[in-house]
Amino acid sequence: MKHEVKIWQLLLFLAPAVLVYGVFSALPLMQTLGQGFFVADDNGRAAFAGLQNFRTVLLDPDWSAGFWNAMVNNAKFFCLHMLLQNPIGLLLATLFSLKGLRGARTYRTLIFLPTLLSVVIIGFIWQLILSPLWGVGEKLMGFAGLAEWFAPWLGEEETALTAISMVSVWQYIGMPMMLIYAALLAVPDEIVEAAHVEGASAMRIFWQIKLPLIYPTLGLVTILTFVANFNAFDLIYSIKGALAGPNYSTDILGTLFYRTFFGYQAQVGNAYLGSAVATLMFLVILAGVGVYFVGVQRRLTRFAL
Amino acid sequence: MRNRLMVHGALIAYTVLALFPIALILINSVKTREAIFDDPLALPTMESVTFVGFQKVLASTNFLLYFGNSLIVTMLALFCILLFGAMAAWALSEYRFMGNRVLALFLAFGIMIPIRLGTVSILELMVRLDLVNTLTALVLVYTAQGLPLAVMILSEFMRQVPAELKDAARCDGVGEISIFFKVILPLIRPAMATVAVFTMIPAWNDLWFPLILAPSDRTKTVTLGVQQFIGQYVTDWNSVLAALSLAVIPMLVLYALFSRQLIRGLTAGAVK
Repeated sequence: MKHEVKIWQLLLFLAPAVLVYGVFSALPLMQTLGQGFFVADDNGRAAFAGLQNFRTVLLDPDWSAGFWNAMVNNAKFFCLHMLLQNPIGLLLATLFSLKGLRGARTYRTLIFLPTLLSVVIIGFIWQLILSPLWGVGEKLMGFAGLAEWFAPWLGEEETALTAISMVSVWQYIGMPMMLIYAALLAVPDEIVEAAHVEGASAMRIFWQIKLPLIYPTLGLVTILTFVANFNAFDLIYSIKGALAGPNYSTDILGTLFYRTFFGYQAQVGNAYLGSAVATLMFLVILAGVGVYFVGVQRRLTRFAL
Repeated sequence: MRNRLMVHGALIAYTVLALFPIALILINSVKTREAIFDDPLALPTMESVTFVGFQKVLASTNFLLYFGNSLIVTMLALFCILLFGAMAAWALSEYRFMGNRVLALFLAFGIMIPIRLGTVSILELMVRLDLVNTLTALVLVYTAQGLPLAVMILSEFMRQVPAELKDAARCDGVGEISIFFKVILPLIRPAMATVAVFTMIPAWNDLWFPLILAPSDRTKTVTLGVQQFIGQYVTDWNSVLAALSLAVIPMLVLYALFSRQLIRGLTAGAVK
């Protein structure tokens, strides 16, 4: 049921949103994508250079190692979120959506709290806790008799990325948890009760009824995690700085983009190369979103009620 | 019965894990340096309690100014997102016109593609508009960032408003603009709450755009202010812990007041 409307009224309703979004989001994005194909000439003016920037980032020995390192780290970062954040979020949501569980609202409220706080704050808090200088982490592990296993995880090349990923998981678990919780609430009671009457165990009801019904939400959670992870920056910048140390072991695409654009130490910032890195990030995210819409979402909605 | 105990056990364990780090910071921020190191897990006692960290933070930074900046930016952006988003959502869901679907798709694109990728050009644009180091720049960027999701959620809700309501108003000769403001806006308030939650949190917590568009001392947000303060005072544990607490406490208070609405908004929007 759509109505006809006077042109000026229509423009009045649409103009503010389209203008602000167009001028400050869509247009800059398109310009950035375009700028990746230019370089600065001797006078500092933009000159078209075709794929030169992309060749530099992907193939030039000075750059490609850094780029692929950031890419692989970013993929690991994403995998750790998929392995920890989303399954634990699913588990927690399942537990406090159990019928008649006392205090469910309190658990939900408290567990969601870290998600509200700034990544910067969370980063510093965990940096202090994991700091060998303060020794809280070691002390706590001591209670479980594991004190000798403690190591300055954030500071060591082999473990820094994993440690940062865990901090990120700890903080953001609230989001998948809430989305999954909302989806579980929407599962009709009759179906669950019918299965219960038929003698299905709680486990079986979960695996064979509830889980398939929330597949669309799990798909959505996956793509949201993907986009957020490949766009991450704040946590690593606040714990490790733009250099994403030690020895670039925590470098991901967001920090690489920042360094390329603004420069660091002896490296001069380069807006054109920065744009090229942003374009590559755009392609990665677009590929993920594309796979989701074409491959996953279409197939999953068939199960939806 | 034993199952229920296990469920509670698991949930309590995770709740402790979620809250412990924050509690640890708050507790130690009011302890002397010696007490912080001697026994981090102990509560402050009469001998070990001190507010020296807080005094230092408040004296050496414009913390209240940063806090005000964050508040202004978040609230203005939220207002613009809700108003502009609702207006566009109404036009897209209610009226038939050429390019409706293209426009909807154009806006939807912004849900999945992060605005951050356009930073290079956003900075150039802000330089040209002479908006660098102004709060306006941040408000504009966060509004642009929040609009796509707002339009999607709100038009979803507007489609469910019964047609009779609108037609009755139209029969009474009420204009389209009054229908929107007097009939539709009050009806979609629950959806507005959802949008508010999803747009406020990222804007308040963002580090990227304040760092790039408005790093001057006058326009710093809390997130950037705390980040830079801690960078300078890493070894001064009292100040670091106090700065972290100052950033956390307002959020805790707000959450204590509004958590019920917030979580209802979050789950209501997600079901749609």
